[in-house]
Amino acid sequence: MYSEKVMDHFKNPRNVGEIENASGVGTVGNAKCGDIMRIFLDIDDDGIIQDVKFKTFGCGAAVATSSMATELVKGKTVQEALQVTNKAVMEALDGLPPVKVHCSLLAEEAIHAALWDYAEKNGLTIEGLEKPKDDISEEEEEEDY
Amino acid sequence: MKKMIYLDNAATTRTAPEVVEAMLPYFSEFYGNASTVYEFGGKSKEAISKAREIIAGGIGARENEIYFTAGGSESDNWALKAAAEAYKSKGKHIITSKIEHHAILHTCQWLEQNGYEVTYLDVDEFGVVKLDELKKAIRTDTILISIMFANNEIGTIEPVAEIGTIAREHGVLFHTDAVQAFGQVPINVDELNIDMLSSSGHKLNGPKGIGFLYIRKGVKIRSFLHGGAQERKRRAGTENVPGIVGFGKAVEMALATMKERTDKERQLRDYLMERVLKEIPFTRVNGDRTNRLPNNVNLCFQFVEGESLLIMLDMKGICGSSGSACTSGSLDPSHVLLAIGLPHEIAHGSLRLTLGSDTTREDLDYTVDAMKEIISQLREMSPLYEDYMKKNR
Repeated sequence: MYSEKVMDHFKNPRNVGEIENASGVGTVGNAKCGDIMRIFLDIDDDGIIQDVKFKTFGCGAAVATSSMATELVKGKTVQEALQVTNKAVMEALDGLPPVKVHCSLLAEEAIHAALWDYAEKNGLTIEGLEKPKDDISEEEEEEDY
Repeated sequence: MKKMIYLDNAATTRTAPEVVEAMLPYFSEFYGNASTVYEFGGKSKEAISKAREIIAGGIGARENEIYFTAGGSESDNWALKAAAEAYKSKGKHIITSKIEHHAILHTCQWLEQNGYEVTYLDVDEFGVVKLDELKKAIRTDTILISIMFANNEIGTIEPVAEIGTIAREHGVLFHTDAVQAFGQVPINVDELNIDMLSSSGHKLNGPKGIGFLYIRKGVKIRSFLHGGAQERKRRAGTENVPGIVGFGKAVEMALATMKERTDKERQLRDYLMERVLKEIPFTRVNGDRTNRLPNNVNLCFQFVEGESLLIMLDMKGICGSSGSACTSGSLDPSHVLLAIGLPHEIAHGSLRLTLGSDTTREDLDYTVDAMKEIISQLREMSPLYEDYMKKNR
């Protein structure tokens, strides 16, 4: 069901944990749908992401996309991190099953939410960053039978 | 192959070697069509009769009340759709429960789209259908009550005798999906006032692709598959002779070993539940502690998601199942766990382990040890656990 890369990131997730006094923290998803992601960013004075950690409650794909998303933004500038889309996360994982695409959206959203929190705390405006939605995972179609 | 501990016997079971052996001659030795005149075809016919006799005996029915099908889902579809059609002049109201298998629920939804009205009864916190609600739900146009014998997820055994009595008193047909129960608990259709009963071969160490529907003599029911005269013209199609023979053998074995096998499973089941509850915090047992199928354990681990848990158990060679959304292919967790009143986030962390006749205490010890490690690992990663621990520090 999952690619080898997804399984690798699920079995050995990168950057699990939390950052005390993080520059920005974002939590997205909801327990109702079974996925919650929380991303912690440590951003230095030059706007570079020095460290990133995550915690996720969710399925294999949710854990793997969180892990990959943290890898993709680590060491990047805020602007570069903003360009990390769910597509990029999926490609880096060699794809996801169709029913799990929302997990990659969640990962993108979690990064954005953490960046938003960072911007708010520091009174900054990050170009191209919109206020994260409260819940992004209710958009799937009902199956017909 | 790596070490495997198979604890998903409610999904399917291993076909018993004796069953396979009984089936084999009916592939390439006695392959005749049972509907033919010559003696060779008669061999197949005889084998079908023998299996039918065993199965009928197993539920206290007569042989001409057993109709072979391709499995539990077909039996459920047939019972509901055909009874709905045959009794529509009396009424178009059907009563079922919220915790039925999808073979029943989705068939009911289809019937609703076709002019029938369905009442879905609530269950209590253990998954038991509320009898007073059942009585209240019966109307003059109610034609059928369909309540499962035992639930496939949480193992709860329904008050089938009481339901049968209520149905009989009101002159309403009673169908029960006994796919999980047959071979695990004694069933007598006359004592329990059951009019129709669905069963499946592969849940009791028989082959896949074979099942039966019991239809009490006198119940009006339409053909399901039209064609030849097989199954008293009710279910056309050349009989699956090896499947039927294997099913018969599996039922014979299940009935002969029931007492001893289920006593042992019950002990192991209780041992597994006790160890887990004692050794893993924030855990609950779903369903009733004792009024449940002898081989069923269903647990919820707070702050943990079911699919992750299953993948990690699989890495240790343990096969289980979960009612989380991710494993159901939708966004909602199991309808059964929601019906017994669990909040979504807890229902997502469910794990069902169903034992088999060859499950050992060592298997379960290995499984609990693995679970302890995996669950604490997943909780370390869970933002829900982090929030809870911070709040309750």
